[in-house]
Amino acid sequence: MTVAALFEPLMIALILTNLALLVTSRTGVLIRLMALQGAILAFAPLFPPAGVPTHLALLCLAVFAIKAVAFPRLLSRTLRRIDADSRIEPYLGEGLSAAAGIGGLLFSLWLEGRLPVPPGLFAPLLFPAALTTIFTGLILVVTRKNALTQVIGYLAAENGIFLFGAPLSRQGSAWLELSILLDVFVGVFVMGIAIHHINKTFESIDVGRFCTLRD
Amino acid sequence: MLSILLLIPLASAALALALAADTPRRLILVSAAAAHFSLTILAFAVPPETAFGGLLDLDPLGHLFLSVTSLLFLAASVYAVGYLRAEVKGQRRDFQEGAAFSNAPERIFTACLLVFLAAMTLVACTRNLGALWVGVEGTTLASAPLIYFHRHRRSLEATWKYLLICSVGIALALLGNILLSVAFYDPAASSTSMNLVDLAAKAGIARAPWLKAAFICILVGYGVKMGLAPMHNWLPDAHSQSPSLVSALLSGALLNCAFLGILRAHQVCVLTGLESFSQELLVVFGLISMVTATAFIVGQGDYKRLLAYSSVEHMGILALSVGVGGGAVFGGMLHLVCHSLAKGMLFLVSGNILALYHTRSCYDARGMARAMPVTAALWTAGFLAIAGSPPFGLFVSELTILTAMIRQGGLVIACVYLACLAVIFVGMSVPVLRMVQGPTPPAVTGKAREDFFAVGPPLVLAGLVLTLGLFLPETLIRILAQAAGVVIRGL
Repeated sequence: MTVAALFEPLMIALILTNLALLVTSRTGVLIRLMALQGAILAFAPLFPPAGVPTHLALLCLAVFAIKAVAFPRLLSRTLRRIDADSRIEPYLGEGLSAAAGIGGLLFSLWLEGRLPVPPGLFAPLLFPAALTTIFTGLILVVTRKNALTQVIGYLAAENGIFLFGAPLSRQGSAWLELSILLDVFVGVFVMGIAIHHINKTFESIDVGRFCTLRD
Repeated sequence: MLSILLLIPLASAALALALAADTPRRLILVSAAAAHFSLTILAFAVPPETAFGGLLDLDPLGHLFLSVTSLLFLAASVYAVGYLRAEVKGQRRDFQEGAAFSNAPERIFTACLLVFLAAMTLVACTRNLGALWVGVEGTTLASAPLIYFHRHRRSLEATWKYLLICSVGIALALLGNILLSVAFYDPAASSTSMNLVDLAAKAGIARAPWLKAAFICILVGYGVKMGLAPMHNWLPDAHSQSPSLVSALLSGALLNCAFLGILRAHQVCVLTGLESFSQELLVVFGLISMVTATAFIVGQGDYKRLLAYSSVEHMGILALSVGVGGGAVFGGMLHLVCHSLAKGMLFLVSGNILALYHTRSCYDARGMARAMPVTAALWTAGFLAIAGSPPFGLFVSELTILTAMIRQGGLVIACVYLACLAVIFVGMSVPVLRMVQGPTPPAVTGKAREDFFAVGPPLVLAGLVLTLGLFLPETLIRILAQAAGVVIRGL
């Protein structure tokens, strides 16, 4: 088996982490799944392995450091501080979310057949895997009431978008990707601070308690 | 020059963070704003060179947006001096819920304001869609702490909604940018530049389905941030809960920046011959925004939310003007300038009202004409301006857009547009005039703040909107026409 053949199993693993994200209710497990997803993503730009430019290797390293190490640590630190593993009921249950995720996967597979993909750009399974990851993220953001889970959803959506962009990062320099990565990093940092304040002020990170501002 | 424009606010932010004393920090804020504004104006006389390998590149369209942002920031920073001086240090009671709260440290507030300006400068000063995205994301991150200046429950709720909804929106815009690169993907090329000039050169290879998908993602993504309905949910909350000078900047400058992101994507569509597709979508979102805003403005009991919904309305008008095309685009550019000035001024004035009455309710804040005559006059003038009545600038711009609509046969659009404007005029006049007239509630005992810092900046902004309605200087017409030309021609 060549190295290139590893790509498809990697994408299948990514899709499976998405489904796992949707059926999990424990925040600690969600964070570990995010770390796994980050690690998988760090390898994605390296396919096909022939002729990987230096800036790309640098990008992969940064992705690994941020998505697989820094984010999970930041999130678990927040989780430990606020002790929020008490269950917060989601708007939409795990079963239905998973069904929505599978729906997203099927839609992505269907869409791949319909769109004229530029030849040689997307490796097999990359398109549906990326789109499913985006859907998973959006489902988590919309259907969960736990502020930390919403941040994890946002990260999953960003992961999917990153995977989309991965084949394009062969051309040109990596500074833009790096700055985007940095932006996302700061974003999560700011959200982490906000969660801390929410916990302090509302004594919970259940955003279902946000009901003052409406018309 | 462009790198200095970016560096001024960033360096001042670092300095503001380092300084412990309040007065020098406020001085830095105002001088940074003044320096930024003078440099922006100077750039009209001396066209600036590109910087950072073409990354910073000021075209007429970006320059117009930059000028509006810079002017409004200057007004807000002068206002901020008086505002911050009047703020109580330490804990105090929340007038709505009664719970104790304190402010965020002024150091952080000032630094975030300046970083916010830097991020908006980046958005305006680039034609690279990737850098523009970084700038818009930067504005979200820098402005979230600004909304949460008063650390109480409601502002926290607003901040969280803002952060999450806008972050998801901006993530969608990023997806749009990536789809755009796919649309322009050329296996033979060595680089995929996201610069508009490079994209224009490759217009021949653009793949239409991907381009359309990209435009939809960018429109919806930046549309969230611009406050186009139905993605506007964060907007009334964030605008009503943040300090008034921040609301002024959000409404008058930030929404424009998001609009610029959409305009850049529209330019790509124009360059590739897909302008009818993007224009149709802009018309649809513009009309939905206007109708939604109308529904929420009528009967609105919170005057800051009233102003926020009015922003949704005006963003709808801007989208509509570009969607209609032709002469409406010029009207749209004028409208953009006038709306920013008028709305910025109204939000600053609303801060003065809030400071005296301690309420956001249109029913409880009454008798302004007696309690605070200058503010009451400004509030009435601001209402007349924002509702598009003569002799203010918005009347001219709205009329220009209407004329272009009718000339291009968009009669149905014109009817909906006129109906919304009429209903909004009536819907806004009721609460605004009620607030100005009548007796002052006996509970209001404090003295109105009507010093130079509180009424000076809104007075200047009001004067400018009035002037633009009475006569348009030749230079300004040229600047607006050049900006409109960029939108219409694509480059």
